[in-house]
Amino acid sequence: MNALTKTGIAAATAVVLVAGAAAQTMRINGAGATFPYPIYSKWFSEYNKQHANVEINYQSIGSGGGIQQVTKQTVFFGATDGPMTAEQMQNAPGKILHFPTVLGAVVPIYNLPNVSTELKFSGPVLADIFLGKITKWNDPAIAKLNAGVTLPATDITVAHRADGSGTTYIWVDFLSKLSPEWKSKVGVATSVNWPTGVGGRGNEGVSGLVKQTPGAIGYVELIYALQNKIAYGSVMNMAGDAVKATVESVTLAAAEAVKAMPPDFRVSITNAPGKGVYPISSFTWMLLYENAKDKAQAKTMVDFMKWALTDGQKYCADLGYAPLPDAVVKLEMAALAKIKIS
Amino acid sequence: MPKSRSRSDTAFRIGTGAFGFLLIALVAGIGIVLAIESLASIQKFGFSFWRTQTWDPVAGEFGALPFIWGTLYSSVLALLIATPIALGIAIFISELCPAALRQPLVFVTELLAAIPSIVYGLWGIFVLVPAVRVLETSLPDAMRKLPLFSGPPLGLGMLSAALILAIMVIPFISSISREVLKSVPPAQREGAYALGATRFEAIRAAVFYARTGIIGAVMLGFGRALGETMAVTMVIGNNPKVALSLFAPQYTMAAVVANEFAEAADKLYLSALVEIGLVLFIITLIINSFSRLLIWSMARTETVTAEPIDAEAAA
Repeated sequence: MNALTKTGIAAATAVVLVAGAAAQTMRINGAGATFPYPIYSKWFSEYNKQHANVEINYQSIGSGGGIQQVTKQTVFFGATDGPMTAEQMQNAPGKILHFPTVLGAVVPIYNLPNVSTELKFSGPVLADIFLGKITKWNDPAIAKLNAGVTLPATDITVAHRADGSGTTYIWVDFLSKLSPEWKSKVGVATSVNWPTGVGGRGNEGVSGLVKQTPGAIGYVELIYALQNKIAYGSVMNMAGDAVKATVESVTLAAAEAVKAMPPDFRVSITNAPGKGVYPISSFTWMLLYENAKDKAQAKTMVDFMKWALTDGQKYCADLGYAPLPDAVVKLEMAALAKIKIS
Repeated sequence: MPKSRSRSDTAFRIGTGAFGFLLIALVAGIGIVLAIESLASIQKFGFSFWRTQTWDPVAGEFGALPFIWGTLYSSVLALLIATPIALGIAIFISELCPAALRQPLVFVTELLAAIPSIVYGLWGIFVLVPAVRVLETSLPDAMRKLPLFSGPPLGLGMLSAALILAIMVIPFISSISREVLKSVPPAQREGAYALGATRFEAIRAAVFYARTGIIGAVMLGFGRALGETMAVTMVIGNNPKVALSLFAPQYTMAAVVANEFAEAADKLYLSALVEIGLVLFIITLIINSFSRLLIWSMARTETVTAEPIDAEAAA
């Protein structure tokens, strides 16, 4: 009995000792966008395999929540699908830097049972559809883009996201660049005052609506369309070609944007110039303080970012994200050096 | 000995009293926190928040009217559908059902209450909404011209929301009504039979006797319908427009908070969303107090009205 108790105590002590050693683990918390969550969690777990003492936790609570939490410093880093506004930057207690991590794109999906040809859209046409000005599928504006396709006289039902979302942000950002009316009437945000249509919750909500409603048009993330094998249309870019979203055409949009990249990376790359570019593409960003209080965490995070931007990019393709072009990675490496780590 | 008992009595009274008070403090606390968090929106919009139809996060203009309308409209419709069905179930189980069927029926209705609302929502999207769309398209053109049925037949919208809410509140209303009917003294029914009442008349007398409890059950269902979020947002179409049409996509208060809260980064926007929560809180409070008042006033007059019904049953 006595011996048993002794072994018990010894075992308990051993457990405590092991726990004590593990306490040196660096734990970093972050929160934000849901869109990059699959790749971020992959990165954090892969990085943890290589650096057992680094544990990064990420809560995908939405871009808005991410910006708020990083501003209040309840998490060490944030993540967002839309860059922070100047006002939001001012509200933060210190200077926040934006780092593009991967690229995403938004694609138009539609349901026209008797049309087998893949449809082409343009920014102005999509804007007019979502403004409720184009109401029939055989509208001359759509027909003009799709010469040779017999379009039915079906009513168009617009499906959009009901929940606030970075996907919506990218979509309406593109529409407002090509339609002055959209810009003045509706504007750009993660949720807007939709002139027409029905709202679905999440990508699955919108795609469900479109799948079930003949004549419906909506928009979802490229990843979601790829993973669920949903057919989607191509979109006219600035150069005047109808381009279908692929991992390559999205990365190309970022490569074209490098020439005009502002030093803080807060840039919209929708409607980017250049041939073969998919125009409804966007970066998603990590948010880090330039001069964080906890320098040890800052150093770990900088090391992680260097890995994510180089080795980490190879996980993109499997998960359907478009990797960053090398030129952007180079710029970001220089920017990472600005973060104070001691 | 008696002294220590009285002491333990006092302790018990204080203890339970503290728990009771805790509940009141909790409700008050929720109200106060909602009010504080929505201060920015209250100061900016005042009472116009209750009657403004615009909900524009880009321009920073917020009004709760479409959400208030959608919440009340869907809940009232749901009760109109659910109450007769739930009462029918309750009466059948408590008065007419063969004993062997009773337990299985009770189990199944109560099982409906245990299904998570997201499951109802998924069922709504894949089964209910397409069925409603078929129903809507098959409606004759003459009826489609009525304001109640105007607009494109999307399937999604007020009708689907009201139906799914009705299904969700039926188990609540029927279980409580059944319990209430069970507690009607057998003397009531026996008395009715003794006076030569038919079975229907005897049941009517029992239902009349139990009416305050039944109204309480309906009100509980109403409360549940008001706050239901997930299932409704998946089928209602989420469009903040006030419309009479059953086909129109609309929106509810609980749904907009759930949908937009995560991405709302702007202070006024967040505060407006919290104020929607405050409005829902106030409306629920008003409806609950009103139903309490109704039950209370009916209970007071019970002894007066009980006699004529007996006389009527006898007639």
